[in-house]
Amino acid sequence: MIQAEHIYKSFREHLVLEDINVTFTKGKTNLIIGQSGSGKTVLMKCLVGLLPVDEGTISYDGRLISQLTFHEMKMIRQEIGMLFQGGALFDSMTVEENVSFPLTMFSKMSPEEKKERANFCLQRVNLLNTNNLYPSELSGGMKKRVAIARAIAMNPSYLFCDEHNSGLDPQTANVIDNLISEITKEYNITTIVNTHDMNSVMEIGDQIAFLYHGRLWWEGNRDDILHTDNKELNQFVYSTELTRRLKKQ
Amino acid sequence: MKIISDTGRYLLLMWLVLRKPDKKNIYKNQVILEIDHLGVDSLGIVTIISVFIGAVITIQTAFNIDSPIVPLYTIGFATRQSVILEFSPTIVSLILAGKVGSRIASEIGTMRVTEQIDALEIMGINSASFLILPKIAASMIINPILVVISMFLGVFGGWLSGVLTGVVSSNELIYGFQYEFHPYDVFYALIKTVVFAFLIASISGFHGYNTQGGALEVGQASTRAVVHSSIAIIIFNLILTQLLLI
Repeated sequence: MIQAEHIYKSFREHLVLEDINVTFTKGKTNLIIGQSGSGKTVLMKCLVGLLPVDEGTISYDGRLISQLTFHEMKMIRQEIGMLFQGGALFDSMTVEENVSFPLTMFSKMSPEEKKERANFCLQRVNLLNTNNLYPSELSGGMKKRVAIARAIAMNPSYLFCDEHNSGLDPQTANVIDNLISEITKEYNITTIVNTHDMNSVMEIGDQIAFLYHGRLWWEGNRDDILHTDNKELNQFVYSTELTRRLKKQ
Repeated sequence: MKIISDTGRYLLLMWLVLRKPDKKNIYKNQVILEIDHLGVDSLGIVTIISVFIGAVITIQTAFNIDSPIVPLYTIGFATRQSVILEFSPTIVSLILAGKVGSRIASEIGTMRVTEQIDALEIMGINSASFLILPKIAASMIINPILVVISMFLGVFGGWLSGVLTGVVSSNELIYGFQYEFHPYDVFYALIKTVVFAFLIASISGFHGYNTQGGALEVGQASTRAVVHSSIAIIIFNLILTQLLLI
């Protein structure tokens, strides 16, 4: 479980996050949604410790990250897997090297054990016979799957996904969404997904936090979101012609 | 004000870079890879430039010595001194600042804008040290070797041009190359090279690491890396010459 309490973050005079209080539950896919510029990415970067917060506390299963030493923070980060928007695979490494990289850095596994673990993770994301390919030789969907395999290589307790479906067609996006949801339940991890894709919201949104102008505006699940009378959230959900027509029907 | 703030940020980054590495074996492998990428790949350009510059120094010195009082072996002496004291350590380092510096800045800058550095940080890896330290170490190991090769090739180029154009005989040139040779000159050149290698790799790494934006900014960071490394080399050349020779 990850808890954020009274989070404030600003860049110079511009207040980006204002008094955010939110809890992300273990074993569930927790979504942060909102328009571009609403503060989703900044919140996620604060949660993983890439950006320091101005005020407030963030805790990972009771461990306050603001009170941790450099070494303790390093240890917590080894429990985190993150899926970036573009995959963020290392260009100079093959698929197998990318997946086994965290193991090389932080485990005492033998090369054979690392290979076995990498193959297991790649199989889990349905990627076969790609071990020796470089990221430049992969499609967008394959890159995301390799990134998921790398993120779960260390058996993380926390999985973060930052707009993981951007640039993917709806079918591939659906496959990736389901993969994230399955992995979350299978390994009982705390998953936080940052998205503005309504398909993802309806597919995997166990818990949803809607940010509006840097504030936590609404919380609920994928069933609640369809019946809310929150004006700003409805504007966001029904912003396309397709969703507006579906609502009328 | 910007120069003070940039210097402060550079020093803070170096503090992170020079921290104890996470896994020494991996760093060792990285250093070997970087020696290949940054040093061995530069051998071609260093060879061509050294031979031709040595040749030009000999011809120009010969052209400017028209007094019968000055012995012809002075041409060899002047060529050797120019090559060892200034051309090989400083000019080759400036060339490497262009070739290697832009490579380092663009490589790390691209990793920054494609979130690969964030991915390293999330994993709990000291990304600054992991990416920049092997490049600094590799440069400090391979650049002196390149400079020694450049010294030999520069002198060889001088001999070749002197003999082929007939401006001075081979014997006089070889006598000049050996005349009043002080090994300290080579030591001085190598000290300069090691300092310049650190400056090139660290300044370029700094600009790459702090890239923000996209492809355009990576290009700008690369240009800044070359310009700032070159300026630092020129300034430290003066300081080191003052400290070591006078």
